[in-house]
Amino acid sequence: MKILVCISKTPDTTAKIAFADNNTKFAADGVQWIINPYDEWYALVRAIELKEADPSTIIHLVTVGPADAEPIIRKALALGGDEAIRVNADSHDSYYIASQIAETAKQGGYDLVFTGKETIDYNGSSIGGMVAELLDLPYVSLATKFDLEGTTATIVREIEGGEETNKVSLPAVVSCQKGMAEQRIPNMKGIMGARSKPLKVVEPAAVDALTSVASFDLPPAKASVKLVSPDTPEELVRLLHEEAKAI
Amino acid sequence: MSVLIFLDQSEGHIKKSSFEAASYGAKVAELTNTTAEAIVLGTVSDDLASLGRYGIKKVHTVKNDALNQVDSQVFTKILAEAANTLGATVIVFSNNFNGKAIAPRLSVRLKAGLVSGAVALPELGNGFTVKKNVFSGKAFAHVAINTDKKIIALNPNSYGIITTDGSAEVAAFAASPDAAKVQVTATNKVVGEIPLSEAEIVVSGGRGLKGPENWGMITDLAKLLGAATACSRPVADVHWRPHHEHVGQTGLAIAPNLYIAVGISGAIQHLAGVNRSKVIVVINKDPEAPFFKAADYGIVGDAFEVMPKIIEAVKKLRQAS
Ligand SMILES: Cc1cc2nc3c(=O)[nH]c(=O)nc-3n(C[C@H](O)[C@H](O)[C@H](O)COP(=O)(O)OP(=O)(O)OC[C@H]3O[C@@H](n4cnc5c(N)ncnc54)[C@H](O)[C@@H]3O)c2cc1C
Ligand SMILES: Nc1ncnc2c1ncn2[C@@H]1O[C@H](COP(=O)(O)O)[C@@H](O)[C@H]1O
Repeated sequence: MKILVCISKTPDTTAKIAFADNNTKFAADGVQWIINPYDEWYALVRAIELKEADPSTIIHLVTVGPADAEPIIRKALALGGDEAIRVNADSHDSYYIASQIAETAKQGGYDLVFTGKETIDYNGSSIGGMVAELLDLPYVSLATKFDLEGTTATIVREIEGGEETNKVSLPAVVSCQKGMAEQRIPNMKGIMGARSKPLKVVEPAAVDALTSVASFDLPPAKASVKLVSPDTPEELVRLLHEEAKAI
Repeated sequence: MSVLIFLDQSEGHIKKSSFEAASYGAKVAELTNTTAEAIVLGTVSDDLASLGRYGIKKVHTVKNDALNQVDSQVFTKILAEAANTLGATVIVFSNNFNGKAIAPRLSVRLKAGLVSGAVALPELGNGFTVKKNVFSGKAFAHVAINTDKKIIALNPNSYGIITTDGSAEVAAFAASPDAAKVQVTATNKVVGEIPLSEAEIVVSGGRGLKGPENWGMITDLAKLLGAATACSRPVADVHWRPHHEHVGQTGLAIAPNLYIAVGISGAIQHLAGVNRSKVIVVINKDPEAPFFKAADYGIVGDAFEVMPKIIEAVKKLRQAS
């Protein structure tokens, strides 16, 4: 079993969101970067669990990003995984990124490609589906459980108001979310070991981006909260009914 | 040329989020001087001609029981054929669970740039730019689609459903679906509850409620308001509430008309999943709770004292109307 886990780098969940260069770029100064939580907690940890169950499993990590993505991919290697590939490109176009991942996947001959549910900065939730289409593979999106028996995977995925159990023969692409696994903290042995794991840098395939970000903006500041006395909570109900027309 | 809207259905009925996508698609057609057409796969019992109410001129159907289960690969192939045959230049999805599974694949197949999580109509002054949510609701990006064909996946509850007069023509679209590689072996829907992702009102509880035995006040209020229930992450982590109720950065992101947060501090990761709600109400005994900064209405008070009175007031309101 050979698994490719897609790892992206995102600003820390508490990072201040601001923009620079005439609102065309995210202001990255002083921002702490983390592994996208869905990639780390769910996709990567579940892959590591599969390797723990079957030690012959090989896990490769891939990130599409410039050199400053390396600390993140090393951190991911400290959690687990055998080697990492960084595609040396800087793009926010989902199709461009997915094409690079698909290229890597073709060369590695993987049974399984795991992505996170979405990146918490660009919120595309698109890369998994795109990679699947580029590889002409089945895709199970927003999976909350993943079990393997031989080369058949049983996957639970979220649907409106519930869940659905899917069965699929590998190879396949799966996007992972909460439920798949529990968050882990890398230990000293993992951190030391990660330093000697191979990190290959490859140049991107020539692909045209389909979209580009023209500008960013922030939502208008919220008016301050209207407080109702705790002695007259019924006043809140009146306001919601008559003023906000929300109930 | 046309705008083609994908209508997502479940158990024979078009989903509400698709009516919104239809309204949006009809407006895009108007702005680009073309017509709005829609496509639905599988067997649907709804009256499809009535989709004219949302501005749809023609509904294409592929009636086939095999298509009542969504396999993104099978759906993508049919939708690509339809888009090509019908000359669709803009394809609109709701950015719901199935939209997230299919739209990215179709983007690759048609080489059509995709904006997922759109929140407004395209800006057409200079190219074709769509505003979308980024940074988990904390900002917006204006994304230019640089291809001839374009795909927009609209965030539920961001545009609204707009009705007019009119009736749509209904026509069969000939397509033979491939065998699905993904088999659905079970479906487990929470019955009798309103799906969180589709709810207009959501009542949510946090660690301030102390334990699962106190959730009656959340579920009672939700029932009275026809609302869905939600919770903060730690509440789901300790299994006071089921996982699917967890909202926030790592849970579900929702955008109801009204979000009522009880005993939730309003951590930035929680806000990331609820900050697109139209009206936010916060009930918290700590006046310094960060949630008040994001709220429209608030009560600084003990939930255990305040909630029963709110429930009584809603009961009275319901009896009066
Ligand atoms: C990477 C990351 C991702 C995360 N993702 C999420 C996420 O998706 N969703 C999420 O919710 N959290 C998430 N968190 C956790 C988040 O940071 C907070 O810890 C969490 O939201 C706090 O939950 P809470 O408000 O229920 O509990 P607390 O922070 O414990 O707050 C309880 C609140 O209840 C109030 N209270 C207590 N008693 C009463 C009473 N009697 N009446 C009224 N009010 C009372 C208190 O004043 C307090 O404000 C994430 C954290 C990280 C690091
Ligand atoms: N630059 C990238 N490099 C590698 N994987 C990525 C990258 N961007 C996104 N992904 C993967 O694709 C998933 C979905 O991303 P998105 O479609 O951008 O929301 C993420 O959770 C990652 O697993």
